Amino acid sequence: MMDNTCNNKKNDENINIVLKVKNLSAYFADNMVVKNISIDYYEKSINAIIGPSGCGKSTFLRSLNRIHETVLDARVEGNVILDNIDIYDPSVDPVEIRKKIGMVFQRPNPFPSMSVLENVIIGPKLHGGLSKNALIELAEACLRRAAIWDEVKDKLNKDGTSLSGGQQQRLCIARALALNPKVLLMDEPTSALDPIASAKIEELMKELKKHYTVVLVTHNMGQAARISDYTSFLMSGELIEHSETSDLFTNPKNKQTEDYIMRKFG
Amino acid sequence: MVKNVMLYRKLKNTYFWFMVIGFTLFTFIPLFLILKHTFTMGWNELSIDFIFNTPKPVGEYGGGMSHAIIGSLIIISLAVVVSIPAGIITGTFLSEFPKSKVSSILRTFIGILSGTPSIVIGIFAYVIMVVPLKSFSAWAGSLALSLVILPIVTRSTEEVLKLVPITIREAGLALGFTRIKIFYYLLIKGNRRALSTGVILAISRSMGETAPLLFTAFGNVYLSYKLSGPMATLPVQIFNYASSPHLEWQRQAWTGAMVLIMIIFSINVLSKLILSSSERRM
Amino acid sequence: MLLCQQNLAKKLLMVFKMKLTAKLEERLGISLMYIVVLSIIILIFVMFILLFKMSWPAITKFGFHFITSKEWNPVKEQFGAWPFLYGTIITSILSLMIALPFGVSSAIFITEIGPKKLRIFLGTSIDLIASIPSIIFGMWGLFYLVPFIRETLTPLLKNSIGFLPFFQGPSFGISLLAASLILSIMIIPIISSLCRELFLSVPVTYKEAALALGATPFEKIKLAVLAPSITGIVGAAGLALARALGETMAVVMVIGNSPHVSLSLLSPGATMASILANEYAEAGADLHLASLCYMATLLFIVTMLVNSISRFIIKYFKPKAFRGL
Repeated sequence: MMDNTCNNKKNDENINIVLKVKNLSAYFADNMVVKNISIDYYEKSINAIIGPSGCGKSTFLRSLNRIHETVLDARVEGNVILDNIDIYDPSVDPVEIRKKIGMVFQRPNPFPSMSVLENVIIGPKLHGGLSKNALIELAEACLRRAAIWDEVKDKLNKDGTSLSGGQQQRLCIARALALNPKVLLMDEPTSALDPIASAKIEELMKELKKHYTVVLVTHNMGQAARISDYTSFLMSGELIEHSETSDLFTNPKNKQTEDYIMRKFG
Repeated sequence: MVKNVMLYRKLKNTYFWFMVIGFTLFTFIPLFLILKHTFTMGWNELSIDFIFNTPKPVGEYGGGMSHAIIGSLIIISLAVVVSIPAGIITGTFLSEFPKSKVSSILRTFIGILSGTPSIVIGIFAYVIMVVPLKSFSAWAGSLALSLVILPIVTRSTEEVLKLVPITIREAGLALGFTRIKIFYYLLIKGNRRALSTGVILAISRSMGETAPLLFTAFGNVYLSYKLSGPMATLPVQIFNYASSPHLEWQRQAWTGAMVLIMIIFSINVLSKLILSSSERRM
Repeated sequence: MLLCQQNLAKKLLMVFKMKLTAKLEERLGISLMYIVVLSIIILIFVMFILLFKMSWPAITKFGFHFITSKEWNPVKEQFGAWPFLYGTIITSILSLMIALPFGVSSAIFITEIGPKKLRIFLGTSIDLIASIPSIIFGMWGLFYLVPFIRETLTPLLKNSIGFLPFFQGPSFGISLLAASLILSIMIIPIISSLCRELFLSVPVTYKEAALALGATPFEKIKLAVLAPSITGIVGAAGLALARALGETMAVVMVIGNSPHVSLSLLSPGATMASILANEYAEAGADLHLASLCYMATLLFIVTMLVNSISRFIIKYFKPKAFRGL
């Protein structure tokens, strides 16, 4: 039947695999919502995950930084290998892993009782090791990288929630970047935003790919087609197809993929 | 350096865990002790004698608290008959006419009443009933307890009715019901279970109230059915006995306390069962 | 033809009657509601006025000095409320300080940490404490806590921090300390159940954001649950304080009802509520009664203020948790 593995092999030796997902399955109690998926993610790329509602894409994403298991009755099987370490190895502390794999959520969620500045530096502050000045410098760098510095540089001490929706989301991106992760997971980051704010974030993501590996869950196929390098199509928890974006959209190898794309686009 | 920080954070985490669990455990120790002591001390004296007899003079063995049990029944029944309907009407009023000026005054007053210490409520009842009539009375005691019950029932009724969707009222209007019919049949009768929970809790609260009765019903050594005179009640009797120097009476106080707790706990458990069975039905 | 007209007339008459009775029912019913509601308002208002009237002799005689004068002597007809104000404030604040960590911890445990099945049991148990009548707390306090303080706790305290002025002097168990401890046990359920509501109303997404940043469980709770709930916790503490201020029966049995001010927590004292319970029934002389009523008025006002401020805090900052207060 369908081989749920990545069927695209990069010939160029210089491009590394930064995150290797092997036979990942995720459950809610006895309900298997992610079924044995394997994908290799290359560094400094944007990888989109598309599929109908409820196909398990969010759950899959949340299994990549071990957030899924924090829900009641949830569990994961399989391996996710970052830097030659399986993050699901019993000896690995999830707290450590989440420094290297950051996440941005669907609804912007800056901490309500903290200012813009405090929100950005809370990650490094928790993990310790940086002086106050270093933290402030880091904050500026991250806010610049998140393309929001100019808008908030005069408002650093204002409440994080006083910004507009799009700005809050960019603040959350800056917050995630402050830990200098290898991989940035983004769960439908623009679905709660208006088109202009969404466009700004899409521009931002294209810049981000120069430094980070992005795995992006999106229900907006146009977005996937516009900015991603690779796209995975999921359905009912299974990986139906994974290939370079242009290939997947112009020449899908699988009928289900083709149906889905046609239905959404046509 | 970073490794140290990580260790420090882990230690903080473990410390926090222990503190939270420790504090939580300690929270239950008083409950456990109080129940244990009340039941071990109170069990000895529990007998038919206790429930059905009036006190004997000091020094004589035996006797019971029947006068207090009956007194409590009488006073609470009187209070309930008045305050439950009043509370339901008031709660309905607040929920259905929220914008009227009367409502805001009412809400403020009921809020003040609910936050008033029960001893001050007893004094309220004292100044309005005991002083003019120049006598302690069961009526005054009932008034005091009514003032305790009223805010509880009002609030719970208002909360329950607020949850009823507007469409129910609109359906009634569409059928040509008067507002009164809507209130009575659709809102009150239709939410009997949820409303009963609030009522039952209010009654169980009032059973344990002592302070409001201290200078209203005051207390009586003898069994009395006279509503215009002082009457013994269970909590006050327990208080008097427990504060007395007589060992005999202290023992009976424990028994009274045990009986009181048993009644109150059963009522609370009953109301939780009623509420959960109504939720299952939905 | 005539028959048709007759039937039509009958029908019209019926409808007219129905409309009339409906209008009547509506009018009577709503009027009844207004009568009940207005009577309640009037009753409460009259009670305020009467209480104030009964306090009048004491208000005119002592004025504001009532609050500061230390002497409470029914025989000499000198009435000053300071000893009771002092007792009330000390016991209430001390009980709140003791109860807060227990209340907040148990709420954290129940909402965040504890195993699922244990949560309902624990929550119910804590609410059960709240339903125990206060005289039973008083009795248990008198027969178990007081001897415990006298025989076990006092030596412990004196040996460790006995140099502090709070623990000087003889200790018979019946004391401000006993009252504070009993009060703290009684207000823990209030804090716990309110905090439970607060913590449950925090959106999950903040907890996930904290986790995604690599926070330890403690850090997650501190960041995403406690920090946003601080104002709510303050409000809950206020409500618990208001309860402690007015608590009577448990306090009157363990505090000794001595109208004197003492720095030592081990000595007996009195609170406004406890002295009311103690002396009210026997107060004969008018000035004595008036002074007690004056004190009751003060107690009433203080409790009302603390309650209103706390409710306002919770309603304004944490409306989701406000339901049912």
